[in-house]
Amino acid sequence: MTPRRRRMVAMTGGLVCLVAATALVLTAFEQNMLYFYTPTQIAAGEAPEGRRLRVGGLVEQGSVRRTPGSLEVRFDVTDLDQTITVAYAGILPDLFREGQGVVAHGLVSTDGLFEADEVLARHDENYMPPEVAEMLEERGHPPDASLR
Amino acid sequence: MRLPNWLHKLASPPHFYRIAGRIEPWMLWSGLAAIAVGAFGGLLLAPPDYQQGDAYRIIYFHVPAAYLAMQLYALMAIGSAIGLVWRMKLAYAISAATAPVGLAFTGLALATGMLWGKPMWGAYWSWGDARLTSVLVMFFLYLGYMLLHASLEERSTADRAAGILAVVGVVNLPIIKFSVEWWSSLHQGPTISRLAAPAITWDMLWPLLVMIVGAVLFSLAVTLTRARAEVLLRERGARWVRDVVAVGA
Repeated sequence: MTPRRRRMVAMTGGLVCLVAATALVLTAFEQNMLYFYTPTQIAAGEAPEGRRLRVGGLVEQGSVRRTPGSLEVRFDVTDLDQTITVAYAGILPDLFREGQGVVAHGLVSTDGLFEADEVLARHDENYMPPEVAEMLEERGHPPDASLR
Repeated sequence: MRLPNWLHKLASPPHFYRIAGRIEPWMLWSGLAAIAVGAFGGLLLAPPDYQQGDAYRIIYFHVPAAYLAMQLYALMAIGSAIGLVWRMKLAYAISAATAPVGLAFTGLALATGMLWGKPMWGAYWSWGDARLTSVLVMFFLYLGYMLLHASLEERSTADRAAGILAVVGVVNLPIIKFSVEWWSSLHQGPTISRLAAPAITWDMLWPLLVMIVGAVLFSLAVTLTRARAEVLLRERGARWVRDVVAVGA
């Protein structure tokens, strides 16, 4: 083997091992790589119990209930299959609205309520002018129904 | 495996210095022109978004910066790999010249992303998001490369040590790219991909594409200028450098 060939084999081998090791680590920590759980995962008991976690999904249409005179708000987060009710007291981000993707950070209480201390809006990858969005709406394809 | 002959010819420092010097102004000015057209189109001509209003316009800077940050990392790593295997000195010089440019674009991508995140997500940053974290890791890989390179006295040792770091960091590139698809994340998925129709209307898309082309040309021009300076510095004892300096060209 020429020295050049040896260096190439060493580097390729090193990279292959490195990629394999990284892939193993990422698979092992799969749970920790998830930014949020879906309501379905929580209902199925896949989320860690008694630990702080994030739940993500769409705010169900017509589910936002505010307590008059306070910042307390309750809304349902859905992945179009299962639904979980989130309780939160604080200022909601500008993008927060019914039908919008959100991620809430907090704890599942014993009665199944998700008590959040942070709510972030999650934007999807679609960009369009308002007229196009209206047109889609009229044709029965609301633009913000994806959950990626 | 041998490198093709034309590559060897291009890799001779005086030849590279001359060719790069001829290409660089064209890239710089066409890149700046494209950035001007793209910024005009993106900031003034493109319609507002149905949900984000005008705030989405940050993508005209954020997306090109993030794209370039990754491409330049790949360039830096390929240069280092060629240097490590084929002991080509010019490849190391290009790697060293690329690092600060890539670092700047990574910083720009992080900064613009955070500025957008505050009003849209409701937070500048969120620990735990794989996309945000892996890009921050790339920022530190660039920084680590530069610090390691600067800290070693002997240039060939510095090239090799920092080069290994650059090649090792390549593992991070697919993680950045696929982080939003492999795991649930706060960061949205890709809007433009090679396999699917873009999830953005044409009047919003074209300025973005022009901006990306402009950013590629501009960053390559800056990298070439830096690489020429790097070559002059590294070859300062050579006769051709003395000739160049004497003529002032």
